[in-house]
Amino acid sequence: MSPLLLRGVRPYGEGDPVDLLVRDGVIAELGTRVDTAGATVRDCGGLVALPGLVDLHTHLREPGREDAETIATGSAAAALGGFTAVFAMANTDPVADTAVAVEHVRRRGREIGLTDVHPVGAVTVGLAGERLAELGGMARTGVTVFSDDGVCVADPLIMRRALEYSTALGAVIAQHAEDPRLTVGAQAHEGEPASRLGLAGWPATAEESIVARDCMLARAAGARLHVCHVSSAGTVDVLRWAREHGAATVTAEVTPHHLLLTDDRLGTFDPVNKVNPPLRTGPDAAALRAALAAGVLDCVATDHAPHAPQDKDCEWAAARPGMLGLQTALSVVVETMVAPGLLDWRGVARVMSERPADIGGLPDQGRPLAVGEPATLVLVDPDVRWTVRGAAFASLAGNTGFEGMELPARVMTTVLRGRVTADDGKVMW
Amino acid sequence: MRHLLSAADLDAPTATALLDTADRLKQALAGREVHKLPTLRGRTIVTMFYENSTRTRASFEVAGKWMSADVINVSAAASAVAKGESLRDTALTLAAMGADCVILRHPASGAAHRLADWIGTESATLRAGLAAHVVNAGDGTHEHPTQALLDAATLRDSLGTLAGRRVTIVGDILHSRVARSGVTLLTTLGARVHLVAPPTLLPTGVRSWPVTVGHDLEAALPESDAVMMLRVQAERMHGGFFPSAREYARDYGLSEARAALLPEHAPVLHPGPMLRGMEISSAVADSPRAVITDQVRNGVHVRMAVLYHLLAGVEEVT
Repeated sequence: MSPLLLRGVRPYGEGDPVDLLVRDGVIAELGTRVDTAGATVRDCGGLVALPGLVDLHTHLREPGREDAETIATGSAAAALGGFTAVFAMANTDPVADTAVAVEHVRRRGREIGLTDVHPVGAVTVGLAGERLAELGGMARTGVTVFSDDGVCVADPLIMRRALEYSTALGAVIAQHAEDPRLTVGAQAHEGEPASRLGLAGWPATAEESIVARDCMLARAAGARLHVCHVSSAGTVDVLRWAREHGAATVTAEVTPHHLLLTDDRLGTFDPVNKVNPPLRTGPDAAALRAALAAGVLDCVATDHAPHAPQDKDCEWAAARPGMLGLQTALSVVVETMVAPGLLDWRGVARVMSERPADIGGLPDQGRPLAVGEPATLVLVDPDVRWTVRGAAFASLAGNTGFEGMELPARVMTTVLRGRVTADDGKVMW
Repeated sequence: MRHLLSAADLDAPTATALLDTADRLKQALAGREVHKLPTLRGRTIVTMFYENSTRTRASFEVAGKWMSADVINVSAAASAVAKGESLRDTALTLAAMGADCVILRHPASGAAHRLADWIGTESATLRAGLAAHVVNAGDGTHEHPTQALLDAATLRDSLGTLAGRRVTIVGDILHSRVARSGVTLLTTLGARVHLVAPPTLLPTGVRSWPVTVGHDLEAALPESDAVMMLRVQAERMHGGFFPSAREYARDYGLSEARAALLPEHAPVLHPGPMLRGMEISSAVADSPRAVITDQVRNGVHVRMAVLYHLLAGVEEVT
């Protein structure tokens, strides 16, 4: 591969444009007097350069629901969204609860090569919450994150054991915090719109109580707990309190849709807005944005959840929860965090690349844009606005909650260890 | 009015016009031996009931037949639904066959809204010029607008008007589509609605509803111009919403002694089916102030009025 010169990029959106030379998969030179001999030159016109984005929470649906998404189409969506690494959740069919199952996912990801696909291992066998899966066996294949996401590890004793056991593996337990007894039949955030619409309530307390419990368990075990898709202001309070009281190993993520969308969208009964945890109130969304800016929430994770049309184009109660996220995540973060001044581009790099890479234990992702570092980066046009069309996305499914919205900023080019994986809206298969 | 999905679809003039039409139909049919008006001859009405129901389905069927419409009943158990067909496909199939109106009862809140969306946007039905009207005959715990209309009609019969009248609704508000539609429509028509229930059977957001809320039935009754008792479903009794049927009946049931606290003019309503001895005593249910069979009779007339307004093209009230 010949060297690639990215002419006129602004690392972290700061300072005057500089030239960035990619050679042999690393950033070989960075500055204004870069030797261009033999390089393919690309004029970047002041695009913002960030380290490649890392998603701790992606559903790629393979194996089992290849009609909704495959590792190939999900990888393409990731590349187009600026992601150079994704963590594929374990709630596939069969469940990724053995070394064989997780290795299959990793191998398919590597064969496709558009983004680093890191399998998440299940915490319990079959996500049933009854006995621990072989965490050690999966860890030996390189699994660093374990989660039963989709369901909560609700039994406090199982959760305690998982946290304790994981300390020997250097792994993190990512919890889908939802007390199942408080959410029997739940359909939407328990609040005014749901009560008016007759949708059974999913109370914020079902999340907050589990997060409080797990923080205490993690503190006692000295274990690493990661809280998935924080959705309520109360959970932010719990996390802040827990950190101040010695639960230093607890991290947390927020999804783009919980930053932007609220339960005032329920009135159409369109299940595209059905997610788990549910869209909550405007004050919740505001608290999540403030917490992300303040670092109480460590990072953004998409919870990219493709669903086949028949699983969304139906009655609300029959629909599966979740929405697409990979190709809208950066734009939603710009809309909710950068535009109002809550984060600068360096902050975006922190919450969408550096922190998730750190939490997921990826030494070669989320690296500084500096000479000698991996050429794993994304170029963003901060000035363009575009209209979301789910049908145009690389995912097989089209269930985006942002359909028709005009969002700021567009991923122009994604580079993974020197290889361009997506360019100007095209996947470089 | 394109569809009737929610009581919120009805502003005061439209609701009043529907109630007036129901009154006129009642008068037109009074004393006739043959209950048949030619109004909807040649129109096809499909009832799709995904939940067991005797009175609502029969009421719609009678309403359609008394206006000479062809009424076809589809029940979930007997239909393609049992073979796994989706609501969407079943509905579009029926619409494509030329149904003028689909009346839907479904356990999922919002099902009628979804149905209206599909029928209104699917090219297959639009191309054929088919765009059936949808009537919500009860969707989950969301709404039951024709029940609200028949309750309003019955209250009008008893009280003359709803404006300024105080209506107390008692019981399982949380799971009640009757209560949701009732609160909306009665408020639209100027009534003041008071809800009485144990805290566990009140929705979270009820404080933002245009109602007053309390837990003391006896305090509310002397102030009420009418009281509407809601059915307590058996599954709620075992769901921990309240300790026992006995305690519920003691605190929230309408006994004879409690009914005596009502003003002379105040009727007692119940959407049925009743659990005698639970939410209402037999003596009260059979007393002269109980207007429960009037509700059933008015149900036919308001459903006739709804079908008439939807299908015979009465769009605006001037």
